[in-house]
Amino acid sequence: MSVKILGKSDSFYDVYERRPGTNKKQTHYCPGCGHGILHKLIGEALNDYQVAEKTVFVSPVGCSVFAYYYFNAGNFQAAHGRAPAVATGIKRSLPESIVISYQGDGDLAAIGGNEILHAANRGEALTVFFVNNAIYGMTGGQMAPTTLIGQKTTTTPYGRTVANEGFPIKMAEIIASLESPVYVERVMLADTRSINAARKAVRKGIKNQIEKKGFSFIEVLSTCPTGWKMTAPQAEEWIKSTLVKNFPLGVYKDIAEQVEPLNLAKNLASLERVPRFLGLVQDRLELDTSKMKLGEEIDQEIKIAGFGGQGVLSLGVWLSEIGMREDLKVSWIPSYGPEMRGGTANCHVKLSRSNIGSPLVTQPTILIAMNRPSLEKFEDDVIEGGAIIWDNSLIDVAPKRSDIRNIPIPSTQIAKELGNTKISNVVVLGVLAGFTDFLDPDVVQRVLPIIFKKKHLLEINLKAFQKGLELGRDLKN
Amino acid sequence: MAKQFVKGNEAIVKGAILAGCRAYYGYPITPASEIAHAAAQYMPLVGGTFLQAESEIAAINMVYGAAGTGIRAMTASSSPGFSLKQEGMSYLAGAELPCVVVDVMRGGPGLGNIAPEQGDYNQVVKGGGHGNYKNIVLVPNSAQEMCDLTMLAFELADRYRNPAVVLADGFIGQMMEPVDFPEPVSEFAEKNWAVRGIDKDRLNLISSIELDPDDLERHNKKLQRKYEIIENAETRFEKYRLDDAEFVVVGYGIVSRMIHTAVDQLREEGVKVGMFRPITVSPFPRKQLAELAGHNSIKAFSVIELSNGQMVDDVRLAVNGAKPVEFYGRMGGNVPSIDELVHEIKRMMRVL
Repeated sequence: MSVKILGKSDSFYDVYERRPGTNKKQTHYCPGCGHGILHKLIGEALNDYQVAEKTVFVSPVGCSVFAYYYFNAGNFQAAHGRAPAVATGIKRSLPESIVISYQGDGDLAAIGGNEILHAANRGEALTVFFVNNAIYGMTGGQMAPTTLIGQKTTTTPYGRTVANEGFPIKMAEIIASLESPVYVERVMLADTRSINAARKAVRKGIKNQIEKKGFSFIEVLSTCPTGWKMTAPQAEEWIKSTLVKNFPLGVYKDIAEQVEPLNLAKNLASLERVPRFLGLVQDRLELDTSKMKLGEEIDQEIKIAGFGGQGVLSLGVWLSEIGMREDLKVSWIPSYGPEMRGGTANCHVKLSRSNIGSPLVTQPTILIAMNRPSLEKFEDDVIEGGAIIWDNSLIDVAPKRSDIRNIPIPSTQIAKELGNTKISNVVVLGVLAGFTDFLDPDVVQRVLPIIFKKKHLLEINLKAFQKGLELGRDLKN
Repeated sequence: MAKQFVKGNEAIVKGAILAGCRAYYGYPITPASEIAHAAAQYMPLVGGTFLQAESEIAAINMVYGAAGTGIRAMTASSSPGFSLKQEGMSYLAGAELPCVVVDVMRGGPGLGNIAPEQGDYNQVVKGGGHGNYKNIVLVPNSAQEMCDLTMLAFELADRYRNPAVVLADGFIGQMMEPVDFPEPVSEFAEKNWAVRGIDKDRLNLISSIELDPDDLERHNKKLQRKYEIIENAETRFEKYRLDDAEFVVVGYGIVSRMIHTAVDQLREEGVKVGMFRPITVSPFPRKQLAELAGHNSIKAFSVIELSNGQMVDDVRLAVNGAKPVEFYGRMGGNVPSIDELVHEIKRMMRVL
């Protein structure tokens, strides 16, 4: 195995064709950088477990933005910090693949703090490698969230201070505090011994995913001689003497042995079953529109208003549903936006033989007012010759207008007598079916069982409808 | 297949699933939340993924991941949420990933309110993210079109490997209308470019990075050629009573429904007015508007929007000074009444 660490693994491309320029054999990393070592450890593990061909590697923003130059796997390049979200989208689509999110300290701990926290918290079945070198390498040696107190960078030229930048963030400890992750370890790449330990952690993190164990997080303390302005040996020494003292190594969490494998299998519905799952099955009413008893005055613009809970919106939906089955054009829109001001719930219903333009009802042909504020608010809007149906068992003032048809209906009282005040809207539906032209009572009675599927509900609602229908017919005569 | 009385927002999800979408990643926001509710209800039933993401940014990046694997994926939001998604939109466009994003517009700027507006036109159509990219943008004006255009959006997104946006407003989202739902889509083009976790995809890369200036310019030119092809093949619009019209009123989404009614009223008064409704605003039907502007019978255009006047810029560019272009807009979630529109259209005509 140790030979493989030194050689190029099959999970790396032989020639780095994607790398621009003439040097297609070496990586773009600086001499002494830890990324190359970690890449090799990951490549070797993918190879040994024979999963390279089903591996999807997500490259971040930072020095490892070009990891896809090297890994002979499916490759994604993600926006800064978003790799865990991208990896989530990949893994949820390809549950059998091995998805690796490889991120640096700016990417994971700063701009992508939210994404890593929530991917870990959901226990996404990913393996995350977090390269912590306490600096922004690629962008020019700026401060990272993991930069040490006193460390000089291009954006902390006088050294990081607690007062200005706070303490270095300890991601392994944070991730380990969550319930979902199965494995969290911090390792370092400073000498042969520590690299061997890192190798074990890398393999464990990948094996966990192969065994569908959930979220694994490996933080790797890594060298950045260029950013640190050191030689490679000095950089290795600095990890051992300084960095590791601030970021202690160790296994912070390991419950991989205790947890059951996740069931990630996708169970796609066959195409034939999709419409049924969407509820897109035509009801078997087989209504004959040619036999429907509809009158002349079909085009209606109805406003229904009242308190929430009076079934104002539902009544509008039912009217539209029935109209649709009468082969009319219909639209329904609830009070919404600025119209919601004023304490009334209301909806607009339009029915017509021709296409409906604006769905909004500003001048109703029929106003159904279920409470006093609604009557007062909308009375003036009703067109001349229109109708106002109002609940005179709840509203203690009558419409003032004489140029409209005034239809007081004690719908709440009637509903109460039938045993449930909530069905006052069905009484009104009956009234409408009785005296208007656009509702065929037979159609309504056949549609009601579709609306009220529970038998006891249907019975009482049919009674309420009948009662309203009688009142409505009396009005017509 | 089946006619159903549904909310526009629900029609989007049903249309998406019929179009083969099996992944929804989103973050709730009024007035688009019913889309998330419906996706949460139906996606698990068909074996798809529904995930409430930690943020709009995460949601769009999850879509990036899912779309890169070759499956049909979507997200939906409303204006402030779409602003947050802009980073992801740019990456999706750069990486040429097909996906569908729904924006049910509300009042802005800032937190604004939850009432309907059309103030996102610029940020959606002009590409609010960085770089030289365009979204395909479809603008439904009915619950039926919420279904149909969502399904079309998936087709176009796949055909051109480009993000497609369904740009709706709070009214179209909240409105219920009968929708004729079609049969589920059963044929999908092979996506050889996708990363599907299989051996033959190991050379595939989902990425928007091109370090070399010449390579990046080549990539950008390729994108521009694609947008040109899309413009020539996919521009969609509706003409209403324009045959003998002297005055053309242009509007999209909910506004077009109101213009429709206003035009009917004005016609009853003998006013020769008609409507031009873009169904795609990107590509924008500029050639068709330019052609109209060339007709001698047509005297002027007016654009009506629920905004400070955003699409009107595109109409003016299309008309290119050939005829006057007037504008009337409402903002803040206020919607003009039909009488108001009739009055304004007459006023704009008198100005001429």
